Amino acid sequence: MSVLFIALPVALLLGGAAVAAFVIAARGGQFDDLETPPRRILFDDREGRTPSRGNR
Amino acid sequence: MASVAAQPPKTDHVQSSRDKSPPDRATECIHCRLPVPAGNAAWMVEGFCCIGCATAYRLIMGAGLGDYYTMAEQRPLGPTTDGSDPERYRWFDHPDFLEKYTRRADDGRYSVRLALSGIHCAACVWLLEKLPQFLPGVMDARVTWARSTIDLEWDPVRVSLARIATVLCELGYAPYPVSDGGIGDHRRRETREQLIRLAVAGAAAGNNMLIAAALYLGMFAGMAGSIEQLLRMASALVGVVSLVWPGRIFLIGALAALRTRTPHMDLPLALGLFVGTIGSVVNALRGVGDVYFDSISVLIFVLLLGRWIQTRQQRSAAEAIDLLNRLTPRWARRQLDGRFVQVPVTLLREGDIVQVRAEETIPVDGVVSLGRGSVDESILTGESASISKQVGDWVAAGSQNLQATLEIRASATGAQTRIGRIASLVEDAARRKPQIVQWADQMGGRFVVAVLMVAAATLGYWLWAEPAMAVDRVVALLIVACPCALAMATPLAIAVALARAAKHRILIKGGDVLQRLSGTGMVWLDKTGTLTRGQMQLIEWYGDESIQPAVAAIQSHSAHPIAVAMTRHLSRLVNTDDRLASKLQSVEQTSRGGIQANFDGMSIRIGNRRFVESFGGRQIDRFAAEVNQMLAGGITPVYVAADDQVVAVAGVGDPIRGDARWSLNEIRRLGWTVGILSGDHREIVARVARQLDIPPELAHGELLPEDKIRMVQPGFAKRIVTTTGSPNGTPASKTHTSTGTAGGTQECGRHTRIAKAKGTHGSGIDGTVVMIGDGVNDSAALAAASVGIAVRRGAETSLAAAPVYFAQEGLRDMVHLVRLAKTTMRTIRWNFAASLSYNVLAIGLAATGQINPLLAAILMPISSLTVVSLSLLMPHDWSHASEE
Repeated sequence: MSVLFIALPVALLLGGAAVAAFVIAARGGQFDDLETPPRRILFDDREGRTPSRGNR
Repeated sequence: MASVAAQPPKTDHVQSSRDKSPPDRATECIHCRLPVPAGNAAWMVEGFCCIGCATAYRLIMGAGLGDYYTMAEQRPLGPTTDGSDPERYRWFDHPDFLEKYTRRADDGRYSVRLALSGIHCAACVWLLEKLPQFLPGVMDARVTWARSTIDLEWDPVRVSLARIATVLCELGYAPYPVSDGGIGDHRRRETREQLIRLAVAGAAAGNNMLIAAALYLGMFAGMAGSIEQLLRMASALVGVVSLVWPGRIFLIGALAALRTRTPHMDLPLALGLFVGTIGSVVNALRGVGDVYFDSISVLIFVLLLGRWIQTRQQRSAAEAIDLLNRLTPRWARRQLDGRFVQVPVTLLREGDIVQVRAEETIPVDGVVSLGRGSVDESILTGESASISKQVGDWVAAGSQNLQATLEIRASATGAQTRIGRIASLVEDAARRKPQIVQWADQMGGRFVVAVLMVAAATLGYWLWAEPAMAVDRVVALLIVACPCALAMATPLAIAVALARAAKHRILIKGGDVLQRLSGTGMVWLDKTGTLTRGQMQLIEWYGDESIQPAVAAIQSHSAHPIAVAMTRHLSRLVNTDDRLASKLQSVEQTSRGGIQANFDGMSIRIGNRRFVESFGGRQIDRFAAEVNQMLAGGITPVYVAADDQVVAVAGVGDPIRGDARWSLNEIRRLGWTVGILSGDHREIVARVARQLDIPPELAHGELLPEDKIRMVQPGFAKRIVTTTGSPNGTPASKTHTSTGTAGGTQECGRHTRIAKAKGTHGSGIDGTVVMIGDGVNDSAALAAASVGIAVRRGAETSLAAAPVYFAQEGLRDMVHLVRLAKTTMRTIRWNFAASLSYNVLAIGLAATGQINPLLAAILMPISSLTVVSLSLLMPHDWSHASEE
């Protein structure tokens, strides 16, 4: 029996897990705004900055 | 967001008797980078153009956020509104407001989403998100760039929302409540689901392609039966998942199309996907025959990708700002027991007396009961000339009170005001507009019929020739007939077109606009700001120029549009400073159409001819020839008299834009008929029409907003046609207008003699009516027209009523837009041709039994690639005549 009979289902399961993680992240709103974060990374951090809470 | 290089402000050339070019004295305001006029009026602060900018600068520097100025893009911002009125946002603290727009968390904090105008670059985002740092009590501030909104969390004990709003306004970002309610949530969820579908389809496609690659190798090198079966079953599993989860919407869409008997591109797609999957599953279980899961999964992914691109292009502006909210204040001063108390406008009733101070917006329709001053009714008429009002005169909600405090007895409030009714007309018109059936969907309908016929024929033939393979052949045929590229042809071309337009600052809300604009039809133009500059400007000066500093100093005390124009130009020309202001005494605005003052011992009077005659000015006809020329050209003469003798005449007017002529000629050449719909005086409109070769029956002035709505209906334009040398006589248009000073319902009293239709440019008026006008006071007409194009106001407000917004002034963008529409439709047709030929080839191969999964897997992506390349490489001509 080839190892493929185990490897293939495992690979599919791993893929399924990745999809599940994505679905959870998307439903949690993490992909709602893809345009502001690219601009935000250009800002310099300063000491003592109040950490902001994640958005709903 | 692409940053557009700033245009250097042009210093206008003023024609004078000595024809001297004015020196350029502009320095840049530190905050907003607009030029600071080198003059001195009471409100000027050193280094800034206005108090608004000075305040914003102090706020920003005071919080230690000076980096804002190093980060902000090199572009003038535009004037900052003066946030000095602390009352303006009082209504944000009212319990009704808080209940409607804010949410309360368990720990006592409140959160709200506000729409902001004026966000234009990363520095703005940075600054706004630093709000917690310099406004204690604000716990969190997060900007969403695409929607121009900010999500705030604050502690009501430490700071009030009104205070937050005031600070935002002082910084230059005027806040408005976002009234999306439940609809916004629903749309957000829908967008997330769409993204999830796309991701799952992508995962399925990728995995299936890997499995298929192994199977293809097996086709050539040989593969053990059990392994082949494993791979086929795995492929089947992934393929079924991709059809049942993300692919489901095509099946649902096709069923809906069948039920309503409308043609739709989903029909052939669903057919191919469904039959293909079933057939391949059967073959996988049987262990014999071809399976096409990889092609199916890739098809689903690519189709969803096309749709996703399409949705992202559409700007959703309607959710952002309630139109009526934007136009009228929500707070007013109502008389109660002899005093005036602040109340929400929603509580005002007919008969209430409200007090409106200078520079405030009038909240109700009503009659002046006390006071005398002037108002700006441009929100209803489009004309910014001030109209004097006294006791007994009717005033409109939304108009701007210019000079003096007025007390008004309300006759209509809220949605009953004229402007309220216009706002509801906008919603009405938008709802009733018929959706054009996309050309692409019609193609899809016909395509499915053709495919079914070919499939039936193939089935018939193979049942006769080689029955065992018949079903397989038909299944294969249906799969490769799946018009993936065909379905993407339109969305891709449109997406590219919209993106390019946006880069040139033409904002388009939906793709159907391009289809409507690719033909011919009627274009109705607003006059002010589109054909003309939209601002009164000092154009000519004849006579004594040494008196210009005095005139500038005097006129700076008046808010009249003519005075403002003169001040603006003269203070750039001449050096006015503190010493001048000290020489000025007893400035007095007379009711006779002029202003007078004592300057350095001289008595100076500035005004119209009647004013000069009233005080017996000498040498009044000194510049008679020049004055006549001005009047003929539509320019208003302003006389300047020193010590009762006329020493100079200035010409103030709204000049026609330099690019208007070229733009109109191009638009006509592209097959459109042009007309003017304006609220301005009939003579002025007629003069402008004459100068631009617009026939008089197509130039209408003194129109009310309700008139314009009627005139943009498609049937109306058909009846008013230019006659080219008709022997039956040129049509005369007898026009009777009722002016809107009485309030209440107005009968739109325009009567135009119907002309004998004789033929026009090209195919002429065929039903597409384009209206280009002000985003606010033309909003109802813009919504009613086939394609409404908004200009001049802010983007957010404009896109609530009209599908297109020109950020740049003038008509050049119209030329670009029409060209873009034609190019896009041409690209769509090319896309169709390309993808159809691939389909025909594939179907041919399938019908004759030559197709196999490998061949299918090669042909179909190539057809998609062709369509993508054609769309991206769409050439376009953005050249235009430069503005003279």
